[in-house]
Amino acid sequence: MIKKDMINYVADLARISLAGDEEKLFASQLNDILAYIEKLNKLDTAGVEPMSHAVILVNMFRDDKVKDSLPKDEALRNAPEKEKDFFKVPKVIE
Amino acid sequence: MQDFCTYTARQLRQAIEKDSVKAADIASCLLARRNAVDKKVNGFAHFDKKLLLERAEALDANESKGPLSKIPIAIKDNICVKDELTTCSSKILDGFKAPYDATVVTRLKQAGTLLAGKSNMDEFAFGSSCETSCYGPTRNPYDLDRIPGGSSGGSAALVAADEVIAAIGSDTGGSVRQPAALCGVVGFKPTYGRVSRYGLIAFGSSLDQIGPITKDVTDCALLLKIIAGYDPMDSTSIDTDVPDYTTSLVKDVKGLKIGLPKEYFIEGLDKDVKEKVDQAVDLLKGLGAEFREISLPHTDYAVSVYYIVACSEASSNLARFDGVQYGLRSKKPSLLDMYKETRREGFGMEAKRRIILGTYALSSGYYDAYYLKAQKARTLIKQDFDEAFKSCDIILTPTTPTPAFKIGEKTKEPLKMYLSDIFTIPANLAGIPGISVPCGYSKGGLPIGLQFIARPFDEAGLIRAAYTYEQNAGFERIRPEL
Repeated sequence: MIKKDMINYVADLARISLAGDEEKLFASQLNDILAYIEKLNKLDTAGVEPMSHAVILVNMFRDDKVKDSLPKDEALRNAPEKEKDFFKVPKVIE
Repeated sequence: MQDFCTYTARQLRQAIEKDSVKAADIASCLLARRNAVDKKVNGFAHFDKKLLLERAEALDANESKGPLSKIPIAIKDNICVKDELTTCSSKILDGFKAPYDATVVTRLKQAGTLLAGKSNMDEFAFGSSCETSCYGPTRNPYDLDRIPGGSSGGSAALVAADEVIAAIGSDTGGSVRQPAALCGVVGFKPTYGRVSRYGLIAFGSSLDQIGPITKDVTDCALLLKIIAGYDPMDSTSIDTDVPDYTTSLVKDVKGLKIGLPKEYFIEGLDKDVKEKVDQAVDLLKGLGAEFREISLPHTDYAVSVYYIVACSEASSNLARFDGVQYGLRSKKPSLLDMYKETRREGFGMEAKRRIILGTYALSSGYYDAYYLKAQKARTLIKQDFDEAFKSCDIILTPTTPTPAFKIGEKTKEPLKMYLSDIFTIPANLAGIPGISVPCGYSKGGLPIGLQFIARPFDEAGLIRAAYTYEQNAGFERIRPEL
């Protein structure tokens, strides 16, 4: 059973502010979903390898050659705020 | 002037070759059709008339000779088109213009297609109804009070409404096949790794695959041939030969072994859906296909596994939307508050719900119980398919348990919405290809879809089976009244 406190904690981890009664709503909806997901507990998975991908992939390597990358001005073009060649954010260090 | 909007891609290509049809004329048809019906359908997230006309003019000027030259195609709003708005139908990507083309877009441009706008979708592809878009819901062309399916609902509705000739969607748990089924068109999810994901804004990276939505199976083969193939820019793309899928457009299923999974023909399956799928089975039997009952015993766990895996991956993928590099930024004096406020303001309710569920499933203390458990169950689901394909070549199922539901019917109960993808999710978990083709209409006149599933990389086998069915069933020629 997820309580409102847990929703607040997880929302904080996910860097999302919740508004109004969202914590209550999410707690109730997530409890429904988790109750449904509970059925997985009935499944015996002892000795089963976890699957993180649908195809078997080993590390993919490419030749260590320098290629063109996105020009700075284009990388910065969508920035909400920028200064010279940098993304600008609110002050971090006091 | 001919109404080119009603053509399939192949028919339009033939007309272009025979009568030297100009891209400018095709663009005019498109604009006229859009003016006539898109207020009702709302299929586009972004549409730029000036850009469409410029592109058409350029195609005419360059005497473009590509295999799909001048064919108008809509691109789902989560696929990057250089210098065009690409916003995942989310407020958090407001104003974002992609700095590069997705690989599928590069290939479509090389093939000479006329790119015709960005199609509406559930926000970040989170949804089965196209209702979570920040641009408002797309409506089903067969019944405007109903959803078109999702998340590629805009793509499917635009094709069904003859607003474009074909469209590109993405399929994480059924997002190409389910809306195609509900809008009476064809939707194809290729094998994981068959089509490059470079430039597709990630939702569930181990599940996402780009696929075509078309008016018939022939067009599907034509488009797949263009977009499939290895791409060094996507490290999960597979370096294997791409056959010419058009050579699989053959009417022959004699001796084809088709499995019917008993777990898919269950209580809760709509009566009309069952009847139409049964009729499809009879038709294929009459054409010489050999049917057998098979079992996919872990089917009942698929939705649970999917929502854990997909939401976990989504919560990680969507961490990048923080107001720093692109999109929306809320004004706050501290960095942390800026992140939190930007994400509160920018994400819709379903996006928040999934990010929170995914963050929870991955958080310390819960990881083993949810994420790891789901990954193990995923292995069992994949093994079900491996086992089934020992006794059959193709698996046949309904694409969805019901025809299109009403707008607003499931928005208050996310779990009910999630269960509408019950038949499409397993193919994503297993990474195998699937296609949905129209197989008739409900008593209320709503389209019903038939899903064919095949072994990894057997897209050619799927096209052959689906084409044979389609050509004998004839539903692909029916269009909605708008």
